[in-house]
Amino acid sequence: MSFDRRAFLLQTGKWLVLTAPAVAAWEYVVSGEPEKAPGYDASAHWWAMIIDIDRCIGCGRCVQACKAENGVSLEPQYFRTWVERYEIDPDDPEHPHVESPNGGYDGFPQPTKPGVKTFFVPKLCNQCADSPCVQVCPVGATFQTPDGVVLVDKEYCLGCRYCVQACPYGCRFIDPETHTADKCTLCYHRITKGLQTACVEVCPTGARYLGDLKDPNDPIHEYLRTHKVHVLKPQMATHPKTFYNGLDGAVR
Amino acid sequence: MDGVQGFMYPNEMELQWSILIVLYPFITGLVAGAFILASLERVFNVQAVKPTYRLALLTALAFMIVAPLPLQLHLGHPERSFEMYLTPHTTSAMAMFGFVYLWYLMAVLIVEVWLEYRKEIVIAWQQSSGIARTAYALLALGSKNISPDALRVDDRIGRLVTIVGIPSAFLLHGYVGFIFGSVKANPWWSTPMMPIVFLFSAIVSGVALVMLMYLVMTWLRKVDIDMHCLDTIARYLLYAFVVDLSLELLDLAHRIYEADESFKTLDFMVHTRLFVSQIVLQIVVGTLVPIALLAGARLAQRARVRRAVYTAAGVLTLVGIFAMRWNVVIGGQLFSKSFLGYTTYKLAFATREGVAVSLALLVLPLLLLAGLVHLLPPWPPAAAIADHSPRSS
Repeated sequence: MSFDRRAFLLQTGKWLVLTAPAVAAWEYVVSGEPEKAPGYDASAHWWAMIIDIDRCIGCGRCVQACKAENGVSLEPQYFRTWVERYEIDPDDPEHPHVESPNGGYDGFPQPTKPGVKTFFVPKLCNQCADSPCVQVCPVGATFQTPDGVVLVDKEYCLGCRYCVQACPYGCRFIDPETHTADKCTLCYHRITKGLQTACVEVCPTGARYLGDLKDPNDPIHEYLRTHKVHVLKPQMATHPKTFYNGLDGAVR
Repeated sequence: MDGVQGFMYPNEMELQWSILIVLYPFITGLVAGAFILASLERVFNVQAVKPTYRLALLTALAFMIVAPLPLQLHLGHPERSFEMYLTPHTTSAMAMFGFVYLWYLMAVLIVEVWLEYRKEIVIAWQQSSGIARTAYALLALGSKNISPDALRVDDRIGRLVTIVGIPSAFLLHGYVGFIFGSVKANPWWSTPMMPIVFLFSAIVSGVALVMLMYLVMTWLRKVDIDMHCLDTIARYLLYAFVVDLSLELLDLAHRIYEADESFKTLDFMVHTRLFVSQIVLQIVVGTLVPIALLAGARLAQRARVRRAVYTAAGVLTLVGIFAMRWNVVIGGQLFSKSFLGYTTYKLAFATREGVAVSLALLVLPLLLLAGLVHLLPPWPPAAAIADHSPRSS
């Protein structure tokens, strides 16, 4: 078979045209990697959070700390973490009264009715092992790190909002500054340096605990063994890694 | 916050998908429906609808070109949308959109329109001069071969493309339904019925649109309408409508009978915030009335009466299907995923995702269609009108 200059140029041209998108794609794959932390081995961890309902006093410090640490908009419809207050009338448990004024940022007013069951429920991204938000992202800008944290690549997110629709827990929003999806990162920039998340750090009652399920010495194993914990909306089969101790069946 | 009743998760108060995302399934539905009407003649040999064959193809093409615009306008970063082609995320229902769209536009619609018009393009090329000549030469891709043999090949390939096109049209709109139907977090959307309901409502809306276009075009051209053709289209519209209504009723019956955890919340929403758009506009004005009109029109003897009834039914159908898209997209965001509260959609006028832009996006395909009809007339030259034979191969 003869392979003259003309055929060579045609062939090379074809390859150049075909591989250009692949090269561009690869650059994005590379840039999608999480921020590097020296000495941190992502595959050696599997992060989870425990929230003890009975310890939460609804002070809102976690909400404030989260917004300050992560530069979340102070507008009342953008939260990486928030606190809800449930008031359940024992005579009408089907219709709980729930509120979260400014996400609990400023604490809560006095309960509206005396004699009802009242408790606080701090919420944040459940870091689901089978995240619907990761599944639906059309470009893979939302991804799960090897240590089990769901993150968003803001340089890559289209802002199509499909992930916001897909999250059963209302944990996502569109950052009004960047017009991309935003959510709790489990303070990834902190935990990869051996620090606590901002919300855990400031909680005055220890209602939140960050644990590493891959660390056999982490007290989280003992806690999970000795407490009756639950996750939010287990019927969604998203396998959340945020566990609640003392979660009332009315909480959604 | 304004317009919130009960409890919403704080991040839920703002609606994520606006009227532009209502337009997206509405417009793609019109495309799929118009194409399926066109294929009735081509593949299933329904001769009666032949006068609308080319018009249906051009209508599908005009709306298809506009279909991605509302999505683009809605994105937080439209400049990144091309990433969906470069690095599609294989598990995402949405990632396929670009490919389904391109396939349908490039491999089906454009090829079919081109093959259908190739002979006329070549003749126009030979008869025109100046810029028009260059334009037609480009459209003909430089080939002047319109020998009977070549045209026979065109016809055969065209038929093949239509056969491929029918499942493609089903894919296009069934797929749009899947984007909503597969969101398990949202009980208003999450049902395997969604793709099929979307598909039949698409057929209904597309057939109604082509029927209206045919009425308008014959009126504008001051020619006699082919009543046999119009009656046949109206009959198919009625059949599709009955299937569409049955599917929606099945979905409704299933929801009411199962009455799962979301039922009370959704039921309350339908009776309050969605009452006008769902019960009044979608079900009564946009479905039951047109079905009654289409069925009743068959009893009318006078063509003028039937024409008027078909026009009314067509307009109401489009209103009803638009309301259906609205109720799916907007309705699915009015309640909290905690099932404890409701929010309100605030529709602005002159914003990026407001009424003005939406109206423009609905007028744009009509302008494109006018341009296409001018460039590629869907009917034979004036002298041959009586013949009613648009395909002259």
